[in-house]
Amino acid sequence: MSVIALNPKSEAPVNATRETAEARALRETSPGQWFPYAAPQPRARDTRENAFSFRGISRKFGDKTVLDNIDLDVPAGQFIAVIGKSGCGKSTLLRLLTGLDKPTSGTLTVNKGTAGENRTRIMFQEPRLLPWAKIAKNVEVGLTGIAKGAEAREKSLAILNEVGLADRAEEWPSVLSGGQRQRVALARALVAHPYILALDEPLGALDALTRIEMQQLLERIWLQQTFTAVLVTHDVAEAVALADRVIVIDHGRIALDLDIPLERPRRHGSPELARLEGQILDTLFGEKAG
Amino acid sequence: MKSTVQSILRNGTGWLLPALIVLAWEIAARTGLISPNVMAAPSAVAEAFWRLLLSGELVRNIGVSTARALSGFVIGGSIGLIFGLANGLSGLSRNLTDTTLQMVRNIPHLALIPLVILWFGIDEEAKLFLVALGVFFPIYVNTLLGIQSVDPQLVEMGRVYGMSRTTLFFRVILPGALPAIFVGLRYALGIMWLTLIVAETIAASSGLGYMAMQAREFLLIDVVVLSILIYALLGKLADSFARLLERLTLQWHPAFQTA
Ligand SMILES: Nc1ncnc2c1ncn2[C@@H]1O[C@H](COP(=O)(O)OP(=O)(O)OP(=O)(O)O)[C@@H](O)[C@H]1O
Ligand SMILES: [Mg+2]
Repeated sequence: MSVIALNPKSEAPVNATRETAEARALRETSPGQWFPYAAPQPRARDTRENAFSFRGISRKFGDKTVLDNIDLDVPAGQFIAVIGKSGCGKSTLLRLLTGLDKPTSGTLTVNKGTAGENRTRIMFQEPRLLPWAKIAKNVEVGLTGIAKGAEAREKSLAILNEVGLADRAEEWPSVLSGGQRQRVALARALVAHPYILALDEPLGALDALTRIEMQQLLERIWLQQTFTAVLVTHDVAEAVALADRVIVIDHGRIALDLDIPLERPRRHGSPELARLEGQILDTLFGEKAG
Repeated sequence: MKSTVQSILRNGTGWLLPALIVLAWEIAARTGLISPNVMAAPSAVAEAFWRLLLSGELVRNIGVSTARALSGFVIGGSIGLIFGLANGLSGLSRNLTDTTLQMVRNIPHLALIPLVILWFGIDEEAKLFLVALGVFFPIYVNTLLGIQSVDPQLVEMGRVYGMSRTTLFFRVILPGALPAIFVGLRYALGIMWLTLIVAETIAASSGLGYMAMQAREFLLIDVVVLSILIYALLGKLADSFARLLERLTLQWHPAFQTA
């Protein structure tokens, strides 16, 4: 298997905002050369339009209010992490966003992006691959209604290459490891170039090393493509390492909305990350920890 | 080279015991240990086989029985499959028919033989009806079970990715239900032969069961034993065919992955 360079740390970005070495390479090389399906378009995230907004969204199950009057605007291209205790309604938030569930009250506006179709994709905690379809066919599920036949196959092989699994295209999912299956699920979510990618603890079941590898892969692909990422996670360190912005949900409300203005690539365990992590944990468990 | 020898040895060991039994049986029959009007010697059975093969009787009866078995199977199996799919996919259909079907299922279908003879006499319909009824339930129950046990998370995934109802059915639901459907299929094949033997022994004017009954009247023990052996062989053949089909369609299943 070819070794893929995860998170190349070569050149530091010139200006501290968003333009990494990779993004520049992407802009300057021809599309086919670098990444065949991410043509360097004007970057959506610079225009600062909203990818989606929640206005007074509530969701009740019976008498139980899970989400209570949530207001949230997420600019296109932002990487936002959602943190909260178990059962606080994080998955419910993603299900609302992806249309799997409807709010009890409030309005939800989801933009469609330039492609026109609604390309909101969700990646679940489990890979949810079809056991009876080869890996490449599983990735092609992500192109349902978008591409067929040879075109679909070509695209799925390209994205499999991107996640480092090009040589496994003709295998059954049952022979892959947990981390590899989750990478296939990521490829499936990304193959149609989503406008919004919702991730519901996709790395929760992975071991620590595979987890870090997946985080770097996710960051790299997010930097290449221009989607808006909404990552639900239990792991505060993961949230501050990856996201532009972290929100904490507590008792159905947004208890903290924190920008993470650190440049990328970020180093695990740096003092700023530790400080932000502490701030989030304080919100979650009260001030006594600080 | 070595591996082929090994595989012959491995496959061969399973046949060792049957071969010994046949040998002992032959010896016992020849020495008069087993009386010829209790059990025919293997050589006598082989002789009967040859005799009936030459007269064309054997081929004709096997043909008649197989045709009955298969047409009954196709009728009962497809109705079972249709009801299983419909009740698995639609709650309305399930509410309407499942209770009734479960009630009918508790009647042993062979108990209907007297009634069936009254309805159809000993014509073809009688046999087809019984075989179809016997085959219906294992296919129905297992298809329903298979569809109900399809992973709802996969179905949700299919919906999120915008699969239409037909795509969802053919890409997610049917493949997920297939292992259970195969269990039903193999079970149904067993019931198919069983029903046919009983029906043909009681009410028929041709077929293997009829041949065995005729032979009994004329005390041709060798032909009776031959009929039983041929039934066993046909049953085994049907099962091997189902297994082959299963292996071909369920390649993805860890249980069918070789190496
Ligand atoms: N379909 C439903 N019917 C009733 N209650 C529900 C339903 N879905 C979720 N809930 C309730 O809503 C609350 C929030 O659930 P949700 O799955 O969003 O939590 P979560 O933050 O994702 O938790 P975790 O981190 O453990 O995944 C829970 O108390 C749960 O019991
Ligand atoms: Mg959850």
